[in-house]
Amino acid sequence: MRLLAGRPAWATRDLAPGVRVVLGVVGLVVLLATWQAVVAYGLVPPDVLPAPTEIWPAWINEVSGGFWSQAVLDSLTHYSLGLLIGSALGVGAGLLCGSMPVVDALTGGAVRLLRPIPGLAWAPFAILWFGLNTAGATFIIAISVFWITFYAAYGAVRAIDRDLYEVAAAFGHGGFVGRMLYVVLPASAPGVMAGLRTGLGQGWMSVVAAELFGAPGVGARMLQASSLLATDVVVVYMVTMALLYALTDVAFGFLSKRALRWQG
Amino acid sequence: MEPLIRLENVALSHDGGGSFVFRNIDLSVVSGEFIAILGPSGVGKSTLLRVLMGLVEASEGRVILSSGSASKMGGRAALVFQDARLMPWRTVRRNVEFGLEGIGLSRTERRQRVERALALVGLADEAGRWPRQLSGGQRQRVGVARALAVEPDLLLMDEPFGALDAITRGGLQAELLSIWEKTGKTVIFVTHDLDEAILLADRIIVLAGRPATVRGDLRVGPRPHDPSSPAMRALAGRLRALIGGEEDPGVEPYARFEGI
Repeated sequence: MRLLAGRPAWATRDLAPGVRVVLGVVGLVVLLATWQAVVAYGLVPPDVLPAPTEIWPAWINEVSGGFWSQAVLDSLTHYSLGLLIGSALGVGAGLLCGSMPVVDALTGGAVRLLRPIPGLAWAPFAILWFGLNTAGATFIIAISVFWITFYAAYGAVRAIDRDLYEVAAAFGHGGFVGRMLYVVLPASAPGVMAGLRTGLGQGWMSVVAAELFGAPGVGARMLQASSLLATDVVVVYMVTMALLYALTDVAFGFLSKRALRWQG
Repeated sequence: MEPLIRLENVALSHDGGGSFVFRNIDLSVVSGEFIAILGPSGVGKSTLLRVLMGLVEASEGRVILSSGSASKMGGRAALVFQDARLMPWRTVRRNVEFGLEGIGLSRTERRQRVERALALVGLADEAGRWPRQLSGGQRQRVGVARALAVEPDLLLMDEPFGALDAITRGGLQAELLSIWEKTGKTVIFVTHDLDEAILLADRIIVLAGRPATVRGDLRVGPRPHDPSSPAMRALAGRLRALIGGEEDPGVEPYARFEGI
């Protein structure tokens, strides 16, 4: 790489996967050590920021009291239902709007009107329509996920090479169903998958927002803990959610790589 | 002999009005013929191919098929595109199978046809690979196999080797001739390359002008055709003149090259 000559190796070369993992762990350890030091040396009072070493006992406490598993179970229910409903509707609507100009034109105005409204803004209606329960929380999460997956699918369909439709028509798949099955669905898959993956993360953020209004779950438990100034418990659930997100993201990444292996 | 497909006074205008892409096209194709449609780039050769395929409807005139009533070639013609246009998410095997799905063939029948087509283009060993793993020439062979698998009466080829390097192109031209000899397919091959038309075709239709019309319909003579032989050089000169807009000097266009 002569063009890049003069730059240090760490700035030019792609990192080996093993090196990436090690560096990731190093970064995490530095973060935790700094955090611990800040509290241990009294730079920040412990009731404002709990030390990492206090988190584990608080975690054990939450688990043995049964709060943790209940909260995680509730949140997972909201999360998976909201994700499922939101992304199914979002991908479906995005594919339809992307491939049918009439539907696109018909919905264009409504989309522009509704798009800027965050999922959380629907909370009053969620409570009125569904109540402080699974359905209400699911509704809020589904709305957030809907828009992400809608635009991902819509954009992916619009980006399809138009020549492929001609190939489909030349080989007997020129009708609407043929185009959808033989071109639109497979060709838009990478974009749709990327949208779903973003939705996985957005879904967890919405879980907290949805539960802050009182639907039981991780978010609700965090709200209770923070009102009692039990910051260590708040951190327990922050970490819990981070781990759950990491788990779903890794699992989805694996599945999506398999499904899109034609991309190499 | 009854023609496989016949065009009568066919014209196409994109705006439905006065500006024609081509007009007064009369063309009759007999089963088993290898026809080249020769003309400069942008003259409407590819569009004419799409009219033959039934992908584009003629604004005027008639497209008549030997079987009678049907107005489109439908499953009886297959198209090979200039840029292969494989589905990147399908393996070679599944790309070749593309035209066989949803037409009521059994799985075994589909598999057999795919294998036959891949064997004809010499890609039997690459069936499991992805299009991105193939060279340009290999991709184009898959495009040919995809068309052959449909077992069409008419094989339409839209400058299929135009984007390839000279060596690959030469190899594929020879292969196409051998496939044509083996299968006896009727081929209509669009090209802007005089030598390619002479090398491959029995008959060369010259399309030129704006709007384009048929400027000439010439028989090439017995095979094999060597584009560098004196007779073929003479033919090339005549084709060039036709494309350039001169009147055809040959009084008896067919007789002149017979017996060479």
